[in-house]
Formats: sequence, C-alpha cells, structure tokens
Amino acid sequence: MIKKELTCIGCPMGCPLTVEMEGSEVKSVTGFTCKRGDVYARKEVTNPTRIVTSTVRVTGSALTHMVSVKTKEDIPKDRIFACVEALKGITVKAPVHIGDVILADVAGTGVDIIATKNA
Amino acid sequence: MKYYDIVVIGGGPAGLAAAASAKRSGADSILILERDKELGGILNQCIHNGFGLHTFKEELTGPEYAGRFIEQVKELEIEYLLNTMVMDISPNKVVTAMNRTEGMFEVQAKAVILAMGCRERSRGALNIPGYRPAGIFSAGTAQRLVNMEGYMPGREVVILGSGDIGLIMARRMTLEGAKVKVVAELMPYSGGLKRNIVQCLDDFGIPLKLSHTVIDIEGKERVEGITLAQVDGKGKPIPGTEEHYTCDTLLLSCGLIPENELSRGIGVEMSPVTSGPLVNESLETSVEGVFACGNVLHVHDLVDFVSEEASAAGKNAVKYIKQLEAGADEAPAKEVKIVPVDGVRYTVPVTLNPEKMDDTLTVRFRVGGVYQNRYVAVYLDDERIYHKKRQIMAPGEMEQVKLEKEKLAKYPDLKTITIKLEEE
Repeated sequence: MIKKELTCIGCPMGCPLTVEMEGSEVKSVTGFTCKRGDVYARKEVTNPTRIVTSTVRVTGSALTHMVSVKTKEDIPKDRIFACVEALKGITVKAPVHIGDVILADVAGTGVDIIATKNA
Repeated sequence: MKYYDIVVIGGGPAGLAAAASAKRSGADSILILERDKELGGILNQCIHNGFGLHTFKEELTGPEYAGRFIEQVKELEIEYLLNTMVMDISPNKVVTAMNRTEGMFEVQAKAVILAMGCRERSRGALNIPGYRPAGIFSAGTAQRLVNMEGYMPGREVVILGSGDIGLIMARRMTLEGAKVKVVAELMPYSGGLKRNIVQCLDDFGIPLKLSHTVIDIEGKERVEGITLAQVDGKGKPIPGTEEHYTCDTLLLSCGLIPENELSRGIGVEMSPVTSGPLVNESLETSVEGVFACGNVLHVHDLVDFVSEEASAAGKNAVKYIKQLEAGADEAPAKEVKIVPVDGVRYTVPVTLNPEKMDDTLTVRFRVGGVYQNRYVAVYLDDERIYHKKRQIMAPGEMEQVKLEKEKLAKYPDLKTITIKLEEE
C-alpha cells in the first residue's frame, strides 16, 4: 500500500487529500470536503495531465518575434519537459494564425502544438 | 479637435469589452486609445491557460482570450489608435493624447470609460533593504521578457510574493531551464489560486515558504544572493530564522495597484481601500459621464469578471449619452449607500440609485481574511434580505452578491445597504 498526499485544486479551501493505492489501483481517498476532491484525487494519481504553454520564434512579422503556443489537449504530466524540449529551436514564418499547427504530435504524445496568437 | 461619443482609455480586456458593449448598445462613434503597439493589454503576455471558463465555457490562453475580443472590436468596426499615450482628461471630457504620427491632439468625448488597468507593486514600495543591483524584476516584467521578448532574466531565481503572476513565472522560468529555489510569502496564506500552487510549484518541487520575507539583497552589479527570514504575526522578521540563498534573480509578485493617475487628474473621488475610483450602480465615477471598469476600478482575479463589468460600463455610458441627448430629466438623485462591515473590506459599487439600476445589479467585494463556514449577509437598512453560507472565503477570491431592482422597490425609504459576514 502506497500513500500519496495531494492538495485539491477545486476551490480556495485546498483540502489536503490522502490517497491510498495498491499498485495502480486507488483503494481510498480521504480528506476531501466535497465530491470534487475525490474526483480530482483519483484522476491525479492515475492519469495526471496538463496543458503545456510556451513560445516559439517567428520571423517575418512586423509585430513580434515570439508567438505563444500550447498543446491542443492536455498531455501526461511526465511528458511536460519532453514537450518543452521538442519546442526548442523551432522558428516559424509569419503569417501565423491562432489555431495553426506549429508542431504535430509533440514528443510522441499524439497531441499537436498550436499557435495561440496571430503574428 | 476630434469628436466622439465615447472615448475608451486602454485597449486591454476591460477597454475591449466596454467598447464592444457600447457599440452594441447603440453608440455610433467610439475611440479606443491604447499606449502599447497592439490591443489586448496584459493578456498578450499571459500565455498560460485558464482564461475564459465563465465567458466562453472553455479554457483559453491569455492571447486567445484577448483575440476573441479583438475580433469583436474589429467586426464592430470600432476605431482604435495604438502607440498612443493619453496625457490628460479634463472634467468636461476633453482627452489630450499623443503619438508619433499625430503629435499631441485633443478629443472631445460625451462619455469617457476609464480602463487603464493596474501596475505591480515595485521594490521601492516594498522597502526591502540591501543594494540595488541588476536582477530584480517584478514578476510581470519577467513575464513580458520571457514570453514576448524571448529573453531570460536569469538562471537562479528566488520569488518574493505568492501572487498568481509569481507562481506562473515560477513554472515558466523552470520550463525554460532556470532553477527556481523558493517562493517566499509574507502572509500566512498565499494570495494565489490553489490550482497555481499545485500546478506551478508542487509539480516542480518548488518550496513555498509562508510567513517569510526577504530581509537582505546581496550583490553590487548583479544580484548574488538574498536572505530570507520568518516573520511574526506583525510581519517583523524573527532573529535566528535567517536562511541564505544564492541566486542571480529576484522576482517580486507582491500585489497590484490600479493605475489611476489620469483619474486623479480628472478629479474623481478615490477609494483608499481599492485605490480605484468610487463608483455608483452605473460604474460612473463622481465626475458625471466618466465611467470605470476592470483593474483600474479594483483588481480582479478573473478576466471573465473584468469583461462582464466592462460590458456593463459600456452599456451604461450609452444610456448616459442617450439621456444627455434627449435632454431628459435625470432620475431623482436618490442615493443609497452600500456599506461594507464585519470582514467585508470594500464593495463596488459604493452607492446605488434604485431607479437607475438594471433589473439585477452585481455587487462585488473582497473579504479581509480567510474565513470558513461564514455567512454573507445583506441588510436593507435593518432588514436582512440575504443570508448565505460560503464554505470558504479568502482575500484572494473576489465575492459577489446580486441585488434585484424589484426587491429594492419595496423599500422606498431605503438609505443604507449593508454587506457583512456573520458567524451564523
């Protein structure tokens, strides 16, 4: 049995949550005040994911030389650094529009990196 | 002199939403004056996601959120000037501005909407002892440098203040290869969202030290290190708790202050609590026809509420102009005071005229401490009309109650609306 300590992000209460796990199976969640804590804890210990945001260089834009980007969907938390690494050294050419794919299938996650700003 | 119905000062989220709403409410000529080289304001550098859950029911990044409103402004063919600095606004609504193409010029408005946003509290305002080397940045400056200029301010970072921008920058600098050693917070609680503490600090093993502050900055040319100390209940450093950190960068995320130099110039009355103008139910300041919305009025935590508030300001400015043009008599100047007590620090608005308010009026407020299981109560003079439990309230989270016109109409002699916290 492994115990994991988490802080719920559902509201400013920030309930301290304790999850007991047997291998990859959640045995119990305690410490939450409302259902959101329970749901959050189960997802967070079995499949934690995040949206990653960053910037890449852009050439040929009168406005800027940086354009902001994000993963189109959330990716596994342990792939965050691989994702950021994959974005290093990328330069795109203007025009860029919000939603344009900047890099397909980033770091083998199956998720595209898309632009979040026009340039 | 140019003439416009409405001049909006600032093209950030508040200005954009106010202008779009004013246009939709029937204003013909609107001009937005923006000092930066593009519309969107601070959202342009907030590349993280989490914006727009209330407004668009999806999580957008800052530039995407701004992009939606910029689109609206363009579709509505609202005029705007970039790289344009407003120097002065007179009480009779002559706006003096300047830019590189037109030089200094004046615009006569029928109504002015103040939407200048806010600024970060600077080192000078924090009274941190020590040298004044390079390497001390406000979190927002570092955010602009990293996200828009593509420049890393440093490699080894300490952050003072746990405001959301500081937390966001802890993650951002870490992802860009910096080592963020610690985030120190003077208060016994963080002013940042729980979500940001978990996803920006815990995810990367960055410690958050509550009740701690920076008591010394070392380094003459460049920051070389800082000393942290724990503070007592009064915020005074406790001797013997000092810890030294070597670092080349200190980021400050210690609160935001509405930027009201222009407002003061017009002569609007200010609130010492919010550092923003005092406004009535129409978000109109003490100077007739001058409205305020967004962070210049009071600092918000969610941009969605800025947009909502700014839309109301835009609509009300149009109402004001229409009344002015019709030469209609003002509704009798009946003013009900809204008074915050017992844990409620301030309200926006501070007065309301029941005749002029919309069917529903949102009153926003903040509490002075962290409260669990308290009730928010609203009294019309001595009668309690609202009493609702909140599981948790904290200074970092804006609260609101809604007042209904129909309800208020039943109290023709109403003088004071009191908003307070009650234990039961």
